[in-house]
Amino acid sequence: MIKAILIFNNHGKPRLSKFYQRYSEDTQQQIIRETFHLVSKRDENVCNFLEGGLLIGGSDNKLIYRHYATLYFVFCVDSSESELGILDLIQVFVETLDKCFENVCELDLIFHVDKVHNILAEMVMGGMVLETNMNEIVTQIDAQNKLEKSEVRLRDSIMSFNLKHDHNISMMCNLCCLSFNTILYTAACL
Amino acid sequence: MALKMVKGSIDRMFDKNLQDLVRGIRNHKEDEAKYISHCIDEIKQELKQDNIAVKANAVCKLTYLQMLGYDISWAAFNIIEVMSASKFTFKRIGYLAASQCFHEGTDVIMLTTNQIRKDLSSPNQYDTGVALTGLSCFVTPDLARDLANDIMTLMSHTKPYIRKKAVLIMYKVFLKYPESLRPAFPRLKEKLEDPDPGVQSAAVNVICELARRNPKNYLSLAPLFFKLMTSSTNNWVLIKIIKLFGALTPLEPRLGKKLIEPLTNLIHSTSAMSLLYECVNTVIAVLISLSSGMPNHSASIQLCVQKLRILIEDSDQNLKYLGLLAMSKILKTHPKSVQSHKDLILQCLDDKDESIRLRALDLLYGMVSKKNLMEIVKKLMIHVDKAEGTTYRDELLTKIIDICSQSNYQYITNFEWYISILVELTRLEGTRHGHLIAAQMLDVAIRVKAIRKFAVSQMAMLLDNAHLIASNTQRNGICEVLYAAAWICGEFSEHLEESNQTLEAMLRPKVTTLPGHIQAVYVQNMVKLYASILQQKEQVGEKEAAQEITQLMIDRLPQFVQSADLEVQERASCILQLIKYIQKLQIKEVPVAEEVIALFAGELNPVAPKAQKKVPVPEGLDLDAWINEPPSDSESEDEKPKTIFHDEEQRHSRHRQPEIDEEELARRREVRKQEQANNPFYIKSSPSPQKQYQDTPGVEHIPVVQIDLSVPLKVPGMPMSDQYVKLEEERRHKQKLEKDKKKKKQKKEKKGKHRRHNSLHTESDEDIAPAQHVDIITEEMPENALPSDEDDKDPNDPYKALDIDLDKPLADSEKLPVQRHRNAENLKSPDTEAPLVGKKSKKPKKKEKKHKEKEREKEKKKEREKKVTEEGKKEEDLDFWLSTAPPPSSITQTQSEPEGSTVPAEPEENEDAKKEEQEEDNDEGKKSSKHRKKKHKKEKEEKSKDKKKSKKKHHHSEEEPAESVQNGTLDDEPLPPMSSYCLLAENSYVKMTYDIQGNLQNDSQVTVSVIFENKSTSFLKSMELNVLDSLNAKMLRPEGSSVHDGIPVPFQLPPGISNEAQFVFTLQSIVMAQKLKGTLSFIVKNDEGSTHEKLDFKLHFSCASYLITTPCYSDAFAKLLESGDLHMSSIKVDGISISFQHLLAKICFYHHFSVVERVDSCASMYSRSIQGHHVCLLVKKGENSVSVDGKCNDPTLLSNLLDEMKETLSKC
Repeated sequence: MIKAILIFNNHGKPRLSKFYQRYSEDTQQQIIRETFHLVSKRDENVCNFLEGGLLIGGSDNKLIYRHYATLYFVFCVDSSESELGILDLIQVFVETLDKCFENVCELDLIFHVDKVHNILAEMVMGGMVLETNMNEIVTQIDAQNKLEKSEVRLRDSIMSFNLKHDHNISMMCNLCCLSFNTILYTAACL
Repeated sequence: MALKMVKGSIDRMFDKNLQDLVRGIRNHKEDEAKYISHCIDEIKQELKQDNIAVKANAVCKLTYLQMLGYDISWAAFNIIEVMSASKFTFKRIGYLAASQCFHEGTDVIMLTTNQIRKDLSSPNQYDTGVALTGLSCFVTPDLARDLANDIMTLMSHTKPYIRKKAVLIMYKVFLKYPESLRPAFPRLKEKLEDPDPGVQSAAVNVICELARRNPKNYLSLAPLFFKLMTSSTNNWVLIKIIKLFGALTPLEPRLGKKLIEPLTNLIHSTSAMSLLYECVNTVIAVLISLSSGMPNHSASIQLCVQKLRILIEDSDQNLKYLGLLAMSKILKTHPKSVQSHKDLILQCLDDKDESIRLRALDLLYGMVSKKNLMEIVKKLMIHVDKAEGTTYRDELLTKIIDICSQSNYQYITNFEWYISILVELTRLEGTRHGHLIAAQMLDVAIRVKAIRKFAVSQMAMLLDNAHLIASNTQRNGICEVLYAAAWICGEFSEHLEESNQTLEAMLRPKVTTLPGHIQAVYVQNMVKLYASILQQKEQVGEKEAAQEITQLMIDRLPQFVQSADLEVQERASCILQLIKYIQKLQIKEVPVAEEVIALFAGELNPVAPKAQKKVPVPEGLDLDAWINEPPSDSESEDEKPKTIFHDEEQRHSRHRQPEIDEEELARRREVRKQEQANNPFYIKSSPSPQKQYQDTPGVEHIPVVQIDLSVPLKVPGMPMSDQYVKLEEERRHKQKLEKDKKKKKQKKEKKGKHRRHNSLHTESDEDIAPAQHVDIITEEMPENALPSDEDDKDPNDPYKALDIDLDKPLADSEKLPVQRHRNAENLKSPDTEAPLVGKKSKKPKKKEKKHKEKEREKEKKKEREKKVTEEGKKEEDLDFWLSTAPPPSSITQTQSEPEGSTVPAEPEENEDAKKEEQEEDNDEGKKSSKHRKKKHKKEKEEKSKDKKKSKKKHHHSEEEPAESVQNGTLDDEPLPPMSSYCLLAENSYVKMTYDIQGNLQNDSQVTVSVIFENKSTSFLKSMELNVLDSLNAKMLRPEGSSVHDGIPVPFQLPPGISNEAQFVFTLQSIVMAQKLKGTLSFIVKNDEGSTHEKLDFKLHFSCASYLITTPCYSDAFAKLLESGDLHMSSIKVDGISISFQHLLAKICFYHHFSVVERVDSCASMYSRSIQGHHVCLLVKKGENSVSVDGKCNDPTLLSNLLDEMKETLSKC
């Protein structure tokens, strides 16, 4: 079982946290901080495993992490997971992010943490590995994004439909847009 | 309306979205908290709006804030609102937020049950997927129980995407609701051979997790896994399976033998390091399980060790780490083969990587011998000095102690050296393990008599330098050693040379800054010390000196009397009075020393920590028996008088047990252990030493012998353990020389009177004689107590509940609860009633749980008994598989066998189950009538609950179908609302609508849900529903009532309110539609009085209501059609104007079919009847017409179904 998945940057700022066990928000932050302290003081060319010890329940657990440029990807797992397997999984995760965001960088994770969560949900579910095949993951993510887009289109079409049928409203709308534009304009002047 | 919408959308332009929030936080680095609290206010405003998009946006932002550590549980209800949005975009946001912040304590979580159920059955696979993902994070026992059945259905969904998620989530469901394991297991097993590799991998994953906790229940799956292992190419699956085998082999050594060969092949062939590593690991597990000694196994060991050495020598630190990890497993059983790589391991101890050093440390544990212990520990001590970071240093410290104390100090030849090591360790700053060192000091001082003198001198020095140790009480860990030091000095004060000085040290004012428990020991032991000084002085005749020392005590003790710690205060004031009394006697020149010393006469012997547990309960004493009469059950829980203290207490403890979290328990256990270990007063019932040796036959008593004179007895200043190393070398050298001499002279003289009796000190250990002959007293145990480890099990282990025998055929009562309504449940089993009662207050719920647990245990016992017989059979299968020589063809044959034998058994069980359930129902009926009075109160409360819920219920049931179809995957156009509830009957008072659902787990029952709506302004009560049974269809009535009795509707209806009740019907044949006549009688009550009214109705059981929506794979569908045992029929309907998608949705909805495949305007559909008829449809749409070709096992059923369908379609 995977107990937690954390992503934070070189300064310990969390970029994603996913706990598969219940912890209060304070404890979560504490775990993130402690993990960061443990991981950040390690050299580049040491092994990627750390015995978590007291961190998340019991000595059975291990921290398995990888460091990419400005980000740490940390998985906290118990003894039923293969260490090298999880390292591969982190690699798959990062490659998938790279594919979905096209040259992923920290900023992508900062501004689209929800998307990162969605990608992660296709790989790991409730602490268990769901899918390791990157193409399969990307396919599912794309399909869901498409579904989302179609819903947006649908909503827009309903809106425009309503507008067409109510002339007054469309006038109103134009007015509003106009005033909105003037706001923008004045903002630009300032 | 539209205006509002536009307005909303324009408002939204000014709302922050997630990106704006993040940007804002980044721009407000200085006053982040303030900015965020401002944002949270905004979010609260947004959540109040009706627009779901605004809400979703707000929830999305909250999810981000949750990551930053803000508690968002206050928005739980809004999150549920967003979860129930019809659009996938919003739904996903809602579920994500829920998965991040919902947990078992979230009270609104029970509101999600219906929503999740709806999403699970959504035709859009991503709705289902997102619900499963969310649920996996916040599933609770209630949710697990309510949804287990729905999830199980999804395990055979047509889409592998859903299947794999459903399979995976089952593990979580099992954890929360262990009863579901057995009913779900057969299907889970099926999934091991799913055509989709993802699903297969998920199933392997789940079974591996289960088997890891309770491996013995999964042994029978070994053949199946073996097949998978030899056939699968997916490394993930292979790793999991191989890991699983690692857990299984200890239980079945023959399995190991079978595994060795394929595993060795894999080791040689695979290029994936991860797989190689796991193979090596499992081979090690196999080798451990096999009793060694077989020649070809030593080859395997060699192979493993050799591969591991390659890993350890690799430049990749990860491999090095894992190599060491695996090596430590071999160490336990084959220490010799690891010891040859000592060089490598010592080298790793110097690695710059902490993880690797830690692993190497573990290995050291097994590598020490008498010869190298000192050397290794010296090396470790150097590391201790160098180490940065307390964790690693603490780890080193515990390792040093572990290594030295392992197997009863087997490798220690010189205890003085060990004591000085311990004393050196006290100089560590900020360690958490002060108590460990203290425990060791106490242990050694008590058990090794010869060392006491030296130990006391060292401890006295510690006490003298106490200010160094206790300089900073914040870093208090280490001051624990003072506890040990004070006790040792007091208890063995006769060995103390400068007792006065030590006593002074103990009386220093600084001592009062120490923690209370240590002060208490100080106070107690200074009296011991005082007593021995007094005796010395009196013997020599120095009366004045004796009085001086008494005066010193009287002067200094008051500082302890003022202590805030009760223990210290009590002891100090007691002792102060005692000493004042002594002083009086001394003034009268009465010799007192003898009497004072008598206070502490007698020797303390070590007692095993488990000793108390082992004291047998005297015959005739029943610890579980009530002392007072238990209060009767009829009283409601809340009214129980609190004065019955023992009951209160029991309940208290019962409550606390599940609530104490693991950590707390561990901490308490730790504290208790520590207390037991440290507390010299822990059952020290000084029995005579003779008896003690009788009790411990393993270790013979060795007379205490004076210490080797080559070792100086006193080391000035703080001791340096290093010098012992040199001394030891010299000593050994001398010994060797002596021996050589002896050999040369060929003297056959025996070694002298001090023969080593102790079996631990064997000659084989490089002939090193210990410096001191040590008397290692084993700890005392009560008579007749057997040493065992069984009591180490943690009773709160959540996985214990999953220890369920899976090979036993499913019993009658074991079913997943199907969605039913309250009243139907009331008729059913008592189990389902429990949670209802539980909702009222927490107390009874727990009680109930406890009760259930007890029942479960009882059942387990029964199962165990049954198992004895069944095990034989099971073993046979496995035996056969394990014993056959492996020509591959024969393997596959035997593998299919165990499965084949279980499958046909099931239908029978189902039938049994049905009968049994009826009986159960009947039993329940009897009971309920007996206990009606008792239940009366509860029922009332329930009813009021029902009323509250009724509105909501109704709302849902009307809306549910409409939305579930709206999310159609097939097309984007919205569908008209549909409801499966149709009108049953109506008059001016009441309107009844009904829906019929098949019961998946009982092939002859259907559940009729009837919604009663009160249309009048009067109050309706005493409603009773009665149906005229036909030969084929009968209403299920409680036992004892005749066929003419009606069933009471379990609620009353105030004006304008509606509520739903369920009635169960049994049917014999389901191939034809049925109509049952019935009557509803009720009393109308209004201001003018009450009248008795009746309403007749006709209940129509259509054939479609016997069908259960069952997903089907297209390949299975094709097979079914090819099989040829289906009858065919077809219809054609003209004048269809609605779109094909609508049409399919209608068939799915009204006739309970599921779409298998759809190509353009042609679709294949599938459904199953409750009695297992397969119904396949091919629906084709022409210009204005639709043709439906059907195939079914039963021609009558098919034609009836098609007729019904024709009617539905012609309405379009």
